[in-house]
Amino acid sequence: MASSPIAETHPANTAHHHPSLQHQFDTLEQQKESSTLGMWIFLVTEIMFFGGLFLAYVVYRSTYPQAFAAASHTLNVLMGGINTAVLIGSSLTMALAIWAAQVNWRKGIVLFLLLTIALGSTFLVVKAFEYREKFEHHHVPGPNFEFDGPQPEHAEIYFSLYFIMTGLHATHMVIGIAILGVLAWFAYKGKYDSSYYNPLEVTGLYWHFVDIVWIFLFPLLYLLGAHLHGAAH
Amino acid sequence: MAEHITPKRTYIAVFAALLVLTLVTWLVAQVDLGWANDVVALTIAVTKALLVLWFFMHLRYSTRMTVLTALAGFFWLGIMIFLTLNDYLTRGSSLLPVMGK
Repeated sequence: MASSPIAETHPANTAHHHPSLQHQFDTLEQQKESSTLGMWIFLVTEIMFFGGLFLAYVVYRSTYPQAFAAASHTLNVLMGGINTAVLIGSSLTMALAIWAAQVNWRKGIVLFLLLTIALGSTFLVVKAFEYREKFEHHHVPGPNFEFDGPQPEHAEIYFSLYFIMTGLHATHMVIGIAILGVLAWFAYKGKYDSSYYNPLEVTGLYWHFVDIVWIFLFPLLYLLGAHLHGAAH
Repeated sequence: MAEHITPKRTYIAVFAALLVLTLVTWLVAQVDLGWANDVVALTIAVTKALLVLWFFMHLRYSTRMTVLTALAGFFWLGIMIFLTLNDYLTRGSSLLPVMGK
């Protein structure tokens, strides 16, 4: 940082400072770097949060490989695949919302945020249908759990991990959609343009991170048993 | 303000690449390759994650501090998985609690 006196260099003390510049920052750029770094610190905690579950998955799966493959085989790969595409699409529209802000296309910001919300909601609806299928087949861990295989108690561990991991992922999406709704409202009010769009940037980081979690969940949960044949779901 | 605007076509190209990789990982999973199935699936997943991190999450335009923070997160995840597996894979499944039916 420059060592010149604050009173001379601080934009808040000049006549025309940006309305979105908080007083503790010297410049909008510094403010943006701070919020990006702060979001990344949060995402590091998220990496460890989901990481613990991925680790549990690796440990249990390496112990019970056959039961995990058999349980995975009952998942609906088509629905999972469609949801993967939907989520990747929502990451694209999220990135385009930020692009729209950068090129000062305010209507575009609202449009792309609403598209992101729509795709995120589509994902959750598909997920809800999948969960219903699990309840119908008694694949939900608990007293009513049933599994047509040699080691149902090991398959039950797979389904416990399936519900915790996808459930936690879906919870993150619900929170993300709520935040995107607020951002869409502010964008509609004209709060964001090329000079200031930090909330879009950091929410985008969160949204893409949730996408990355799914990028790993899809092969690990759905594709694991895809090579097995017979015994359709 | 030093602005780096990723052009629209770059985002769309990354999106297309992610879709193709999803299709490839799904196709490869249909074939029983033994342990190689996991190697292929994880290689593709890591590639997809890197595409998202680099382009969608703007790491290519981020400060070194931010890139270092992101790397630290994944590095610590690696430590956690590596050290835990050292234990489980050498001492067997006797360490695992299993729910009774």
